[in-house]
Order: sequence, then C-alpha cells, then structure tokens
Amino acid sequence: MSALLKINNLHIFYGSIEALKGISLEVNEGEIVTVLGANGAGKSTLLRAISGLLPIKKGKIEFEEKELNNVPAFEIVMRGISHVPEGRKVFATLTVEENLNLGAFTDRKNAKLVSERKERVYNLFPILEKRKNQLSGTLSGGEQQMLAIGRGLMSNPRMLLLDEPSLGLAPLLVKQIFKIIYEINSQGIAILLVEQNARKALGIAHRGYILETGNISISGLSPELKNNKKVQEAYLGGAALKKIK
Amino acid sequence: MRIFLEQMINGLTIGSFYALIALGYSMVYGVMKLINFAHGDLFALGSYLGFTLLVWGNAYVTTNFGLAGGMIAAMLIAAIGIGMAGILVERIAYRPIYPAGRLPAVVSALGVSIFLENMIMVIWGPRYQAYPVNVVPTVRFEIGGIHITLLQIIILILSFILLAFLYYIIQKTTFGAAIRASALDRDTAALMGININTVIFFIFALGPALGGTAGVMVGMYYRQISFTMGWNYGLKAFTATILGGIGNIPGAMVGGLLLGIFEMLGSAYISTAYKDVFVFLILILVLIFRPRGLLGEKIAEKV
Ligand SMILES: Nc1ncnc2c1ncn2[C@@H]1O[C@H](COP(=O)(O)OP(=O)(O)O)[C@@H](O)[C@H]1O
Ligand SMILES: [Mg+2]
Repeated sequence: MSALLKINNLHIFYGSIEALKGISLEVNEGEIVTVLGANGAGKSTLLRAISGLLPIKKGKIEFEEKELNNVPAFEIVMRGISHVPEGRKVFATLTVEENLNLGAFTDRKNAKLVSERKERVYNLFPILEKRKNQLSGTLSGGEQQMLAIGRGLMSNPRMLLLDEPSLGLAPLLVKQIFKIIYEINSQGIAILLVEQNARKALGIAHRGYILETGNISISGLSPELKNNKKVQEAYLGGAALKKIK
Repeated sequence: MRIFLEQMINGLTIGSFYALIALGYSMVYGVMKLINFAHGDLFALGSYLGFTLLVWGNAYVTTNFGLAGGMIAAMLIAAIGIGMAGILVERIAYRPIYPAGRLPAVVSALGVSIFLENMIMVIWGPRYQAYPVNVVPTVRFEIGGIHITLLQIIILILSFILLAFLYYIIQKTTFGAAIRASALDRDTAALMGININTVIFFIFALGPALGGTAGVMVGMYYRQISFTMGWNYGLKAFTATILGGIGNIPGAMVGGLLLGIFEMLGSAYISTAYKDVFVFLILILVLIFRPRGLLGEKIAEKV
C-alpha cells in the first residue's frame, strides 16, 4: 500500500524562527493518523504547510505521489485535501448554508452536486439544516465546529486535516465530534488529526506521532503509544496519576 | 409637502450617484483593507470618457444609434474603460506594494489620485467642460404637482438596476459569498479553493466600472464637469461608505442614498451654503452612536 500523503524532512520557518525542524510522516489510504503535542509544538504549522498556506523552506510534501510544494493553497483543495482550521474559522457574517456552499466553491457551477453534498452534511449534522439560514457567528461553539467539519466535507476530499476539533468543547460534545470523525473515516476519507486531547485522539486513530517543539520524538501504532511511558506521563496524565498513588 | 417630495427625488438622484461610487470604496476596503483614494478620480475619468464620446463622436453616434444609443454607448464605454483602468491601477500601483504593508499602499493610492487628476487636466484642460444638452430630451413630468424630469427617471431606474444587480451578485451568489469570505479571512477563504487574485481582479474591475457609469450620469445630470470632480464626489461617496458601514455592500447603497437625501433636505430647509455641514453633522452623529455605521455589524466569534 502506497502512502496517500508523504512528508519528507519538512522544514518550516516563520522569519528566522524554525517551527518545524525536519519532519517526516505518512498517512495511508483509509487511515486516521493523529499528531499530538503541547501548545506551540508546531501542529498547526504542519497542517498549514500541507494545505499551502506556508512556504516550504526545505523538504517535500507529496499527495497521491504528486508533489504539493509550491502548489498555491486554493489549488490544494482541488487535489483532494480539505483543511478544517484551528478555532473553526467559520465565516461569521455568512449564513450556515453560505459557509457550506463555499466548502464546495470549486464545484459551484454544478448545483446538483453541491446540493447532494449538502444533503450528506445535513444527514451527518441535522442541527446545521435547522440553522441553515442563521449567521454562523451566532452558532454555539459545538455547532460551529460541526459547520467547520461539514464545510470541509463539501469539497468531497480524499483526506481531511483536522486541527484540534475538540478545543474548548464540553465533554459530551467532544465525544460526539470524535464519533463523527470516526464515521467520516469509515466512509473512506483518510484523516490527519491534530490534537491536545491525546486520550480521545488515540482512541480513534490507527497510528500517531508525538511532536515536540518542531521535532517528531515518538511515533507508532495507537496501542503502542498508549502503553509508552513517556507518552503516558506527558500526554495521558500519567504523572498526575502516579502522584495521587 | 411638495417641496419635501421634490427634494426627496433630487436627493435620491444624487444619492444614487454616491451609492454607485461608494460601492467601489466599500468592496476594495472590504477585501484589501485599503482606501482606494484613486476611486473618485476613476469616476471623474469615466465622466470625461463619456463626455468625449458624446461630444467628439456625437454626430456619428446619434445619427447611427439615436439619442438613447448615444447615452448607452457613453455609459458602456465608461464602464468598460474605467473597469480596465481600475485593474491597471491595482496591477501597477498597489500589487507591487502590498508586501510592504498597508500604509505604503494608501500613500500609493493618494499618488494615483493626484496623477489621474492631473492627467485629466492635461488631456481635457483645466476649465469646465459641458456635456451636450441633447443627450436626453429635456422633458418634465408633473405627477400630483411634483415635478420630475425624464433624465431623473432614467437615472433612478438605471441606478436601481445596477444596484440590484450588484446586490444580487454579492449577497446571493456563491462567488459573492467568496468575496465576502475573502474580506473576513483570506487564509480560510483560500482553504475553500478561492483564488484571492480572481476576487481582487473582480472588485477592481466592477467597482470602478460602476463609478465610471456614475460619472456619465453626473455629466448628463449637471452637464458641467471639471477635473476636480473626483475629489468632491469621492469625498461624499466615501462619507456615504462610512455612514453605511465600510466593507458592507448594502450599507454603501443605503449610505449613499441617505446622504443624497440629507444633502437635498439640508439645502432646502437649512441653507444651500451649509448643506455639507448638515451632511457631515449627521455623519458625526451616526458615528457617535453607531461607530460601525448604520448597517455595519460585528458578530463576535464564539470560541
Ligand atoms: N505567524 C507566526 N509567526 C511567528 N511565529 C509563529 C507563527 N505561528 C506560529 N508561530 C510559532 O511557531 C511555533 C509553532 O506554532 P503552532 O504550529 O501554532 O503550534 P501548535 O499548533 O502546536 O500549538 C510556536 O512557537 C509559535 O509561537
Ligand atoms: Mg495549533
């Protein structure tokens, strides 16, 4: 099986600050892969580099064996990658439906296709259909996250990049969002999931990488990571547990 | 009451000029966060293009296409010519400067404004020029004691069609939503597959095209045009943009129409000399109580 997304020795800079210091990772067809790391580790930088929002200084990103370096962001989505950014980033003064339509912007001339995809999103998130004429800025945090994911699905991607979808959501909503991510994946969409909620992320991911200040320190299958001492201590609250004991 | 209604009609007429010009300021500001100071002078250039066609080509156009044909041809030429000029200004004066930040682009905009104003003066001369009298026959109607000219009716209908057309594009189509999205968050818009350069091209063509058309309307309405008209109308239209809420398309339309009405009511009931004082007083009051303008809104993003 060849990798769907293949990143080799990726370096990303903000001015003179090196945010990613030579990262390599792969996502295979049909997989959920998670990238875990603390605040500022470089998780969002990784996703923004993949989707063409940041210039690549060194290294290579390939998707379906085609190079993505120097492909502008607005073309990446046509290649089959959809990025759901950190903090939802819904277009607040646009309605829910307009947000969804923009998710299918590159297919906007095909009205039938767009409305079929919208139906699918509404099936996945029935609340969005109820709110479709509401300005998206007036939605609750959880609803905005659903809209952001739904909007990401509107381009019919092969792969979804999710940046901290559980951020700031109540536990019940987090559970629901992760269930839906699992469901999306079972429809054949590969997922690269960036999270700080390691327990939940490893619960649904096949494999994972640990990102520490721009470097990948540990990687492996989810069960391996869950049993890894370092991972337990740093990301699964292991240290805290031991103290209580 | 009769005076009031007639002033309302006059106000709506000049208000529709302001609204058409204001849209250009508002669209460019929305997407680029740049006040395109050259926009007023593009409007003036449109007025002169129309003038040139009607005066120099008058015999040809009117014999071949009739009076209405001459008017429509002048507006089309102004719309197309100024639309292209708008794109050119963006390419030459703004695009190379964006990386340097917002302030240099504003200075460049001022430079283009001065350049265009002087260019108009050099080509067409420093004196007033007069649009031909016969573009639209001087017919006056009386409806219930209220006077309205044929030209006013034409201007009101045409402006209404143009405003409705733009409203539809911006508020009702997916491409319009893409423009509004690019104004809100350019990176996220790119993630949707929106090419910002296409959006920029579109706003720098459409805004000036509407402004150029308004230039021909102003020429036909007042008949006198001068190379400084870009500043006068530009300032009023910019005020209208702020009044309605900058970056907001329906706001620019409402702001323009209201400004025209305020101005005419002010000159009828207060004094012609102080009409601008009245207009800016209202602007100040609106900004004190609604700093975002009448239709400007901000919905806090929930985290
Ligand atoms: N626009 C930026 N300019 C400069 N530094 C940045 C910028 N965005 C992120 N960084 C820095 O890059 C590093 C990685 O940030 P980020 O990818 O956002 O981390 P994470 O998503 O893992 O929290 C941090 O040190 C952050 O301060
Ligand atoms: Mg982040």
